[in-house]
Amino acid sequence: MAEANFNVISQISPVTLPPDWPGGFWWHFLVFTIIIIAFVMSMVIGFMYFERRAMARMQARLGPNRVGPFGTLQPIADAIKVLLKEDIIPTKADKIVYWLAPVVAFAPVLMIFAVIPFQNGALLADLNIGILYVAAVASLTTVGIFMAGWSSSNKYSILGAMRDIAAVVSYEMPLVLAIAGVVLISGSLSLNQIVLTQDIPFILLQPLGFFLFFFAACAEINRSPFDLLEADSEIVAGFHTEYSGMKFAMFYLVEYAEAVAMSAIITTLFLGGWRGPWLPPWLWFIVKTGAVFFVMVWVRTTLPRARIDQLMAIAWKFFFPLAVINLVITGVEILFFPVALPWVMVLINIGIAGVLILLWSRFFQIGWGRVEV
Amino acid sequence: MALKTEPFALNIGPAHPSTHGVFRMRATLDGEVIVDLEPVFGYLHRGVEKLAEQRTYTGFIPLTDRLDYLASMSNNMAYCLAVEKLAGIKVPERAQYLRAILAELQRIASHLIAIGAFLNDCGAFMTPILYMLREREKILDLFEMASGQRLTYNFMRIGGVSQDVPEEFLPALHRFMVQMPRFIDEYEQLLKENEILIARSKGVGILPKDLAINSGASGPVLRGSGVKWDIRKADPYAIYDRFGFDIPTGIMGDSYDRYRVRVEEMRQSLRIIKQAMEQIPAGPVRAEVPHLVHPPIGEVYARIEAPKGELGFYIVSDNSIAPYRLHIRAPSLINLTALREMIIGWKIADAIIIFGSIDICMAEVDR
Repeated sequence: MAEANFNVISQISPVTLPPDWPGGFWWHFLVFTIIIIAFVMSMVIGFMYFERRAMARMQARLGPNRVGPFGTLQPIADAIKVLLKEDIIPTKADKIVYWLAPVVAFAPVLMIFAVIPFQNGALLADLNIGILYVAAVASLTTVGIFMAGWSSSNKYSILGAMRDIAAVVSYEMPLVLAIAGVVLISGSLSLNQIVLTQDIPFILLQPLGFFLFFFAACAEINRSPFDLLEADSEIVAGFHTEYSGMKFAMFYLVEYAEAVAMSAIITTLFLGGWRGPWLPPWLWFIVKTGAVFFVMVWVRTTLPRARIDQLMAIAWKFFFPLAVINLVITGVEILFFPVALPWVMVLINIGIAGVLILLWSRFFQIGWGRVEV
Repeated sequence: MALKTEPFALNIGPAHPSTHGVFRMRATLDGEVIVDLEPVFGYLHRGVEKLAEQRTYTGFIPLTDRLDYLASMSNNMAYCLAVEKLAGIKVPERAQYLRAILAELQRIASHLIAIGAFLNDCGAFMTPILYMLREREKILDLFEMASGQRLTYNFMRIGGVSQDVPEEFLPALHRFMVQMPRFIDEYEQLLKENEILIARSKGVGILPKDLAINSGASGPVLRGSGVKWDIRKADPYAIYDRFGFDIPTGIMGDSYDRYRVRVEEMRQSLRIIKQAMEQIPAGPVRAEVPHLVHPPIGEVYARIEAPKGELGFYIVSDNSIAPYRLHIRAPSLINLTALREMIIGWKIADAIIIFGSIDICMAEVDR
């Protein structure tokens, strides 16, 4: 039975399915789906604890330290607490949309992990358009968030949802253009292939691309300093003001799962994915993802929040031109410099990135935005 | 094709994380831009002024603690000064110095909260306010040492202070004085040239000089607009004419200037405390005052430079043991006068930080 299955699938796409799959496509699908969900969930819970402890350290306090050893069970205790909460639906809410929103927001985040290689070849589907798939799926969460904001019939929620749409539409551009630089060098859209070509991590070959991708990703997943849509001090909690109980927990999970997903993508694209000496590959992957996540936490505790028009200005006047320039420079380098001299390219690119960022930050001014009424 | 749009009303507060209590702003929004704003307050009204009429002069001091609970010492001081002026009581030297030291410490503590809360409104996720609270704890420790309390001190009395500070107080204060400038430098290093903070607060919420004066603003709000007005210099009370200090002022009157003025004021307060520590004499800390004060018939207005501005107590006496009428000029309330003019035309996010930069305490606004 399994044998037959395997034959059918391999006739359809002989290239992407390695012949040594244990038990054929459906087994592979099942096993990896379970692995991904378990892995992502445990990673998200671990990172929640990690963020709270790291943030507490930076803020001169202790953080959770009571439940379990060193407070490691705190996320689980929180999850139980949230599960026991009353589930409130506002009277004027659009009930169906209100119910659907958390699921619509959460599903795409899990889907991203389908194409991320945890180690060589260890991924649900080695799509040959992997990174395109990521870019497409990652922005779907926004739909869920907008549904949540719209259906709550709360003014703060609508404001938050509108801010999110604006931010994602703007930041998708530099994000994808930064990816394009990586794709040009690696010559493949498959994430596994991209990792395999990274003899030098692409953060060195594409420093500007990394910079742009990191901050565009922060804006895309609403991490600080671009966490406008939930801006605690302005619009209370933005799109999930009205949510409680398990539905709120879903949004909370989305927030962290997105951060983990983006950290994983950054790891795969720029930090050499699972590659590294001494440690087993999957551990390297987790360590690198954790490091990227740590930088996000660091930024979150350090910087104030940008305003919505400043957010737009940064996207269109700062990130977008730099992303285009980065793409052009990378293209020229690919054309005229053979890959034989990668270290020369590393030096040149780091130099160019430094000069461009300094140049732009000198002429780029944000602020001063009163509207005459 | 032009889309049909219409402004919509948004109630910011009274239960909102950034309204510093129970303030409410009824804003009319055009998208994110505020086209009209109506401040609403009174949710915390307790009738303090009326309560004063049923209490003895001394019995009212604990209630002054609860006006601006972030600056209880200053409130104590302003009230005691008013009653002393009315009854003609002379305060011993040591008590005067203790009062000055504690009031200036209180100014630092209040400004720490003001700056921390302002940055929290800017969206810096809790980090600045927690750093500021760490230093405020040290000041509260000193207050606890002196009065036994950490928030509502009830320390000053008519004719002095309730008791002398313990022996450990001055050495502990000295240690604090050594540490604090380093911490202020640290905040400056982290915040002064922060690009996002500048982008968010520079040029935002400008309060022009003439509007600031016309609306009766005082304290850092007025000085941020470039007016060199500090009651400690303009109308010296207690022993402030003996200390040398500068009045920091802003240039443009925007939110950033108000923040800068507060930081500089903390430095000036440290200067004053330093001088007071060097000059403080030994001696009694409380004048001989009868238990029930009977001030002569008359009226008096005494004012001090509280952390948030000019805090004044107006008392009418009918020679009984309680004030016939007592009025409090609360700086928080009067600084809010120009709020509407400052906020209109800015976005919601700006409204929050403009409001935060005024630094009010709702307990004082509503009284």
